[in-house]
Amino acid sequence: MKFALMINGGPYTSQGANSAYGFAVAALAQGHEVLRVFFYGDGVYNAMRDMRPPADEPPLLTGWQALADRHGVDLVICSAAAERRGVLGIGEDVGDSGIAEGFRVAGLGLWVDACLAADRVLVFHG
Amino acid sequence: MAVLHIVKHSPDASQALRRCLARVGPSDSVLLIEDAVYAPASDAALRCAGKIYALLPDMAARGLTRNPLQGDVEYVDYAGFVQLVVNHDKVISWN
Amino acid sequence: MAEGMNGKRFLFVLRRFPIGGPQALEALDAALTAAAFDQPVRLLFLDDGVWQLKRGQPAASGRSPMALLGSLALYDIAAPPWVERESLEERGLTPQELTIEVTVLARDRVAALLDDCDVLLNL
Repeated sequence: MKFALMINGGPYTSQGANSAYGFAVAALAQGHEVLRVFFYGDGVYNAMRDMRPPADEPPLLTGWQALADRHGVDLVICSAAAERRGVLGIGEDVGDSGIAEGFRVAGLGLWVDACLAADRVLVFHG
Repeated sequence: MAVLHIVKHSPDASQALRRCLARVGPSDSVLLIEDAVYAPASDAALRCAGKIYALLPDMAARGLTRNPLQGDVEYVDYAGFVQLVVNHDKVISWN
Repeated sequence: MAEGMNGKRFLFVLRRFPIGGPQALEALDAALTAAAFDQPVRLLFLDDGVWQLKRGQPAASGRSPMALLGSLALYDIAAPPWVERESLEERGLTPQELTIEVTVLARDRVAALLDDCDVLLNL
């Protein structure tokens, strides 16, 4: 089965992104497909490259990047949400921004597209 | 046809659980995750038209165990969470 | 669209206050985007989300839930949107106090409505 996930909570405001990650890992382990994770609202902060959690805290960022690498999970940050919050400067190249490798920036249309392609759609709130 | 309702807030922090339970249909299910797992650990009124599940890893992280007084609640791990999503036609998360 | 050209019926459940945070606006943005992709989109206002519809909110400069709701017809969103009767009553609101025409629906009908779509979203 194909899943589309939305995360709209920041990484250190709630457990939402962790739940989404736990779900994605379990779904992939069962042979399902996670087509896309769409980071919306404060969820865009999950993609900040320079997050440095203490060493004894599991870094979620590298977890997402590993899912993208190994399972082709498409990690998309909403452009409007990112620009609204200054995560991406207007007209700024993603490579020059603070956005981590493995994530791309695109419009809400890619979320709608994921909803159309997926069998199930889940939202993880902040 | 059925809906899986996901709730993540404790009954004290948010009305989401109460609001959700009022809109659950007879073939629907409710999955309690994150701080919502405090609800079955307490004496919170967990009555609705559908079935209620709680996410075990979120309970374990909080030192919570199955509450015999909440006998209608069933428990799942993340693999069971995935199965619930597969077995329901769609999912709604209650903020 | 790269994939998934088949149409799906979207139902957006709107439960957020209009002003106290960006969530109401960002949820409506998502609904309008789905409509812009020619998908059938319906809106259901529940709980504090009904405050988005309250008449008398000054049109904030630029984008606001108020401004977006006034332009639903432009976006080809199914009108009128659904509003739960009990959500209005609990807040002392009547349909006459709302800024747009709505279809009022009883709470015991909400579960069936939530099931009557292909993509169910509460952002």
